[in-house]
Amino acid sequence: MSQDKGAGERVATVPRGIGAGSPRIVVDRVSKSFRLGSVALQECSLEVTPNEVLCIIGPSGCGKTTLLRIIDGLTRPDSGRVLVDGVEITRPRRDLAMVFQHFGLFPWKTVSDNVAYGLRVQGRPDQEIHTTVAQCVELVGLRGFERHYPYQLSGGMQQRVGLARAFAVNPSVLLMDEPFGSLDAQTREVMQEELLRLWRIRRTTLVFVTHSIDEAIILGDRVALMTHRPGHIKDVLDVGIPRPRDPETVRGGDRYASLRRYIWNQLRPEVAGTVGAP
Amino acid sequence: MSGRISPAAIRLASVLAGLVAWEIYGRAIHTVIFAYPSTIGRALIELTRTGELPFYLRGSLVVLALGLGLAIVIGIPVGILMARRATVEYALEPYINALYSTPTVALIPLIVLWAGFQVKAKVILVFLFCVFPILINTYQGVKNTDARLLEVARSFCAGEWSMWRDLMVPSAAPYILAGIRLGIGRGLVGMVVAEFYTAITGLGYMIVQYANNFRTDRLFVPIVVLMILGVGLTSLLRRIERSVAPWLHVAQHE
Ligand SMILES: Nc1ncnc2c1ncn2[C@@H]1O[C@H](COP(=O)(O)OP(=O)(O)OP(=O)(O)O)[C@@H](O)[C@H]1O
Ligand SMILES: [Mg+2]
Repeated sequence: MSQDKGAGERVATVPRGIGAGSPRIVVDRVSKSFRLGSVALQECSLEVTPNEVLCIIGPSGCGKTTLLRIIDGLTRPDSGRVLVDGVEITRPRRDLAMVFQHFGLFPWKTVSDNVAYGLRVQGRPDQEIHTTVAQCVELVGLRGFERHYPYQLSGGMQQRVGLARAFAVNPSVLLMDEPFGSLDAQTREVMQEELLRLWRIRRTTLVFVTHSIDEAIILGDRVALMTHRPGHIKDVLDVGIPRPRDPETVRGGDRYASLRRYIWNQLRPEVAGTVGAP
Repeated sequence: MSGRISPAAIRLASVLAGLVAWEIYGRAIHTVIFAYPSTIGRALIELTRTGELPFYLRGSLVVLALGLGLAIVIGIPVGILMARRATVEYALEPYINALYSTPTVALIPLIVLWAGFQVKAKVILVFLFCVFPILINTYQGVKNTDARLLEVARSFCAGEWSMWRDLMVPSAAPYILAGIRLGIGRGLVGMVVAEFYTAITGLGYMIVQYANNFRTDRLFVPIVVLMILGVGLTSLLRRIERSVAPWLHVAQHE
């Protein structure tokens, strides 16, 4: 893959995916509509390569959350199917874990117990839970806060708990639905660096939904653009910025600027469509 | 301004003023059937010393504890089950509505016919008086479980038992405790009613007996004990309610 072409030229070649091996996730012509006739997804197709970070970006209400919920098995598509490692998803599976925009922590559980949740549910032995929780708490930098309750933590720290809880079950696929969307700008940047660091240590396949073009470029190996109504993947771009990445350096680079411009040009008509601009 | 005086001080002053006024008025008219605080206090000490009050109080408390305990043990699981399974909800709804709307007192003769005059009948009555607030509150609490947390639990492949333990019960705990608090209030009513209308025992017996003898000073003793019981248990429950879900009160603390 040559690095110096403009983003626009490489688009046509990209959707086939970057890796040669079999994809980890195949989203195969998935459609989903809700009562009242709103079509959330139509013939949405996507492939995710093992151990890549795929960012999905699209206008509000285009069906990103719905797509993630279908991949996780929380809801069934009307038609089409999702395969993870070649097996069709019909219900939530243990090897997929989700990180939520609303954090989804149990307010009555301490940090430790929240992190332990997935393992407890899986009935793992206490000794294993104990060790894994300690590791994951350490990993996300929450040592010393094990006995705290979520309401005693800042938003950024709460989402660290959410990350630790997901990493604790050692999933082969991590799904993140705007995990940093409710954080302030500075915390958000810190968390992006944290996630890059975590992902370097604990390689998994990561599907990351975001509203932020910046975030998608900083984190993603590839960026999938979603269209509005009916929601489907319009385009998949290679980010092609080498890792390890330092967000500040990336933001200063030419590749960042051209990708950003290209994605924004692609998204603008979609976003305009949602707010009723001409 | 009264802004500087604490609410507790106002309450205390008001109660003291009431007691003093009662005492003065009682002493002034000084009839046999009008007891006032100091005579009631004396009667309380007497009845405690002779062991009469502890004996009857114990009888009453056993009935209350059994009835309330039964209501908790049955009301909470049934409430959760109704909230989780529509079939159970629709099947039980008519019975619960019917029983809840019927004045429980009207059932006393029937219960006596079926269960006799003794402890069994009394426990059933207390149970009927307090099970519904517990059951209905539990149901409401579980229904109000955060849908997003339900989805988190499903995403982590939680089974039904884990849903109850990790999610439903903790999330509904404030509702359940409020239900128990309401249940205690009604349970006390049920207890006294049972003691009046089935075999006359316990604090209810004391009330009936001393009323018949025109001993109003002693008559007030079981009444005061009931009041203390009600206030004490209710405020204990309130305290537990507050401490059980500190995250609900963060905004107030800050
Ligand atoms: N449970 C539901 N019932 C009915 N309609 C729904 C439901 N969930 C989503 N929708 C509709 O489906 C469409 C896509 O919703 P979805 O939440 O997937 O969008 P999104 O891309 O995640 O939006 P956002 O960026 O705002 O999070 C929206 O029009 C939404 O109103
Ligand atoms: Mg969404």
